[in-house]
Amino acid sequence: MSIAEGEPAAGAPAVGSSMLLEAERRTTDGGAARRHKPRRGAPGEKRWFAWVFLAPALVMLGAILLYPLVYSIVRSLFSDTPTGAVKSFVGLHNFRDIFTDSRSLQAVKNNVYWIVVVPTLITILGLVFAVLTERIRWATVFKTVLFMPMAISALASGITFSLIYADQPTRGLGNAIAIGIHDTFSSSSPYPTVQPRDTKVFVGSAKTGFTTHQSYSPGTAALLPLVGLNLTHPPSSTAQATAPSTGSGVFGVVWNDFRLGGGGTLGSVDTGERGLGGMAVQAVQGEKVVATTHAASNGQFSFPTLRSGTYQLRLPASAFGQPFGGYSWLGPNLITPAIMATYLWIYAGFAMVLIAAGMAAIPRDALEAARVDGASEWQVFRRVTAPLLAPVLMVVFVTLAINVLKVFDVVYVLQQVAGGSAGKADVLAVSLFRDFGNQQYGLASAIGVLLVVLVIPAMILNIRRFRRDQT
Amino acid sequence: MTTLAGTDIVTGSIHRGLPARIAARTGGGVLRVFLVVIALVWLVPTLGLLVESFRDPAQYANGGWWHALAHPAQLTVSNYSELLKNSSITSALINTVLISVPATLLVILIGAAAGYAFAWIDFPGRDWLFLLVIGLLVIPIQIALIPVSKLYTSLGISGSLLSVILFHVGFGLPFAIFLLRNYFAGIPRDLLEAARMDGASEAKIFFRVVLPLGMPAVASLGIFQFLWVWNDLLVALVFANQSSQPITVALIDQTRQFGSSIDILAPGAFVSLIIPLIVFLAFQRFFVQGVLAGSVK
Repeated sequence: MSIAEGEPAAGAPAVGSSMLLEAERRTTDGGAARRHKPRRGAPGEKRWFAWVFLAPALVMLGAILLYPLVYSIVRSLFSDTPTGAVKSFVGLHNFRDIFTDSRSLQAVKNNVYWIVVVPTLITILGLVFAVLTERIRWATVFKTVLFMPMAISALASGITFSLIYADQPTRGLGNAIAIGIHDTFSSSSPYPTVQPRDTKVFVGSAKTGFTTHQSYSPGTAALLPLVGLNLTHPPSSTAQATAPSTGSGVFGVVWNDFRLGGGGTLGSVDTGERGLGGMAVQAVQGEKVVATTHAASNGQFSFPTLRSGTYQLRLPASAFGQPFGGYSWLGPNLITPAIMATYLWIYAGFAMVLIAAGMAAIPRDALEAARVDGASEWQVFRRVTAPLLAPVLMVVFVTLAINVLKVFDVVYVLQQVAGGSAGKADVLAVSLFRDFGNQQYGLASAIGVLLVVLVIPAMILNIRRFRRDQT
Repeated sequence: MTTLAGTDIVTGSIHRGLPARIAARTGGGVLRVFLVVIALVWLVPTLGLLVESFRDPAQYANGGWWHALAHPAQLTVSNYSELLKNSSITSALINTVLISVPATLLVILIGAAAGYAFAWIDFPGRDWLFLLVIGLLVIPIQIALIPVSKLYTSLGISGSLLSVILFHVGFGLPFAIFLLRNYFAGIPRDLLEAARMDGASEAKIFFRVVLPLGMPAVASLGIFQFLWVWNDLLVALVFANQSSQPITVALIDQTRQFGSSIDILAPGAFVSLIIPLIVFLAFQRFFVQGVLAGSVK
């Protein structure tokens, strides 16, 4: 089957099943005729010849898999000298160290997170995509696009995602989007550096906002002086400030009471001093904000609707906070989720294609019979599709679980890029690699043996599945 | 059955699936927009890498690759021309080929021979041996790093291309044998019986009958193994040395200075992924088969 053949002909044998399933079907469905228990002495068959065919494979499997397995099990029971030589027999001590040493314990914890979160998430995502694309005309293109990351190296994927995770907001796509979204929903401060010079006019802090001591009534201009504007590169929203003489309602000016080179009178608007355009100003009566406005670029603002009464004026906290600078994706808090997201990007297509193949293999008759019987689409999915799909979902989940257990490349690459906070992202395979590099062979072997022990259930599952299919 | 959700609704066909129902409820637009967004999420990262690889590295400090879309003047081919002059990168690329191709061919040859024996020759202990192979499918390569590196030292092949190749062959074999044995077993026995009747040797049957008939599975295995080895990082990191390292290892050394090495990393990563990508797109069918069958690994 190919991605391009996602749609099986009605009634025809499922094109979408995997070669594995197909191969199994051949050996089983074919019945006795296909079953090959070659009779003894079949003409021309030389049984000793089997070993000629098998020899290269057995030599390689023995040298690269079986011997290392035995070696590692034995080696994991011995401690190391600093240069990696065998020091002494320590029993299971190395295994205990995995769970007591803080670095490898971090790796164990992360592996648990990975196992709990990632296979489930990817299986669900794969199922959703497989269901949604079942009858989309461009499903082929969609599946190709999603499957593509499977073909490229984890290194290339890691570099690709490093361009997204760069924590300089202007470089990384992730932060560019995060900041865009953040600024859409909450306005960021135009002047994070400005503040009152002293407490003569205002009371408060940058966190609570600054409120005037004095109350203002319509007719008199309120002068709200601040300092701290970057005068060498003043923002384009600022211009020469002008003190208003008249205005409607409560009015005034909010400006930077300092000019380049100094001079001027404190508390009055002088030439060279700039209005803080866009600064939010609130009118407050009895601790209640009754009106909000924004200053023009010359600093002037007014509340035309406030025609009587007295009001305190407040510059809200949002005007002073530091602007949102995005997230530190590869920092200690987010690095593991960030790597998981990369892994999800790589494997979602795999899950989708496998599940789509399983769905295509479901006999159409069963679905149609249910529909003819008046079952709702949800019931069909719940009662027919889901149970028939369960074995495939199981295969996807187990495959992902095994892969996640051994995950190395993606983690290692993004750790390299992250630098400082990398240790927070350790997983067992990385821990093993580092111990190997440090010539702590006993410890590294113990981690390797632990990984093997953890895949034993999958091993048994595979063997059972095979034996069942053979009988 | 190539009917679309839309026509299903028109004809009132009973083939209406869940997506068709969702489409009917939402006018189809929401579903389509959602899938387009998802497809973009999967495409944009790689496109970003492509754009960055053609960008003047001095611009990286000023902003992300998308700025180049508005300012095409930032684009240049100099990253690539510099990369091709960088002898450590070019020799690493050659090493990648020198590792991937033999590792693939050897796995096919050795795996097919064993697969044939398991499928069609009745030798004592066959079933148990095959169960062992299935058991080995899921063994993590991490277990073998230390013992095999010691083995290589005693054989005197540490750091060589051969050492990397042999490791890949070893760990590629369980899957190769599993896949090919199952496929070969489906070959009609009459064909083999006939060949044996004619007095063909086992070798002749293998090369003239089984291998040609098993080509689809061999192709799947070949592409799967090729991409696996091409994309490998860990094995090469452990076994290759300075002169035998493939492109993945040559690039990983640069990732620590990500910002200042972007002019090597972006085009280097793109060059390293373009071959697998072409292979994937050209032989998608076989690759998907290989991956699907590999879902036991």
